[in-house]
Amino acid sequence: MIEIFGDFSESKLNNEEFLIIGFSPTSIPIKQRWRNNGLSADFVADYLTTFFPVSDEDPSTRERQVQIKGAVSYIANELLENAMKYNDDASKYSIKFGLYLQEEENDSLVSTVLIATNSVSPANLDTFKQFIQDLTSSDPDEFYFKQLEKSAEDQTGESSGLGFVTMINDYGATLGWKFESKPTELKEITVTTMVQLPL
Amino acid sequence: MEIKGENYTIGYESDTATVNFQGSLRLVGMAEYKPIIEILDSAIAENPSTITLNLRELHFLNSSGISMLSKFVIGIRKKKTISIVVKGSKKIPWQSKSLKNLQRLMPQLILELE
Repeated sequence: MIEIFGDFSESKLNNEEFLIIGFSPTSIPIKQRWRNNGLSADFVADYLTTFFPVSDEDPSTRERQVQIKGAVSYIANELLENAMKYNDDASKYSIKFGLYLQEEENDSLVSTVLIATNSVSPANLDTFKQFIQDLTSSDPDEFYFKQLEKSAEDQTGESSGLGFVTMINDYGATLGWKFESKPTELKEITVTTMVQLPL
Repeated sequence: MEIKGENYTIGYESDTATVNFQGSLRLVGMAEYKPIIEILDSAIAENPSTITLNLRELHFLNSSGISMLSKFVIGIRKKKTISIVVKGSKKIPWQSKSLKNLQRLMPQLILELE
């Protein structure tokens, strides 16, 4: 069974230009790999800059490259942190992270799509879906400040979902989610988060 | 007072009530940010008229770190006796995107982006 929330488009993943990184939970525990999130995020952001070369004659190209690199590094890191934090360690599915480039007919790159897939423990499923519904049905700006004020009241609590909200609010990204129930005995569920970032 | 991690240094200068952030901060949730929150709280405890956060060399901050800064600003806003100056850099993408939100949490906050 597949359930879609927000703006999730499978066709965005058909592009031939992509980069995928997998993290298998069978090697060292996922939660001990935190520093790899930053390394992977910086790597994919740097990789992408190849497609946005800097021209000495046009100083704005340098600025554009810096902005794209910063945005991709931030979003990739947040996606990886979430995937690692919420992955169900009891599952055998790998965490998958991908970067896809979208071209227009004239070959100019128009957007980049970042995805992260992880398994979700049944205990967290309803809370996560409720959060997504709240986020997608709210004004993002209002939601952002509401979440911040809420987390400030709760000293121990995490700022749930702040990463997603900043992607929308500060980076102009659109987000979508696909939940898939696997046809196995364990009835495992994976979620793929898709972030579309206009360039 | 100073904290050094693999990729970052946070230091507090008591005489100017300035907290200097350097490097990249991508710690795991609020629990790992606790030592930094303690530095920020000790700055508040000294009750200066103004606290300065110097972020000009902080190249990366994850959303948990943004949350930490937001909580700090909300705490100062509630206290009403301390002013806050945030020094940032336009050259660092996350700062040009996200620092304006701190000012929206506390309109009196002075944001110096250069």
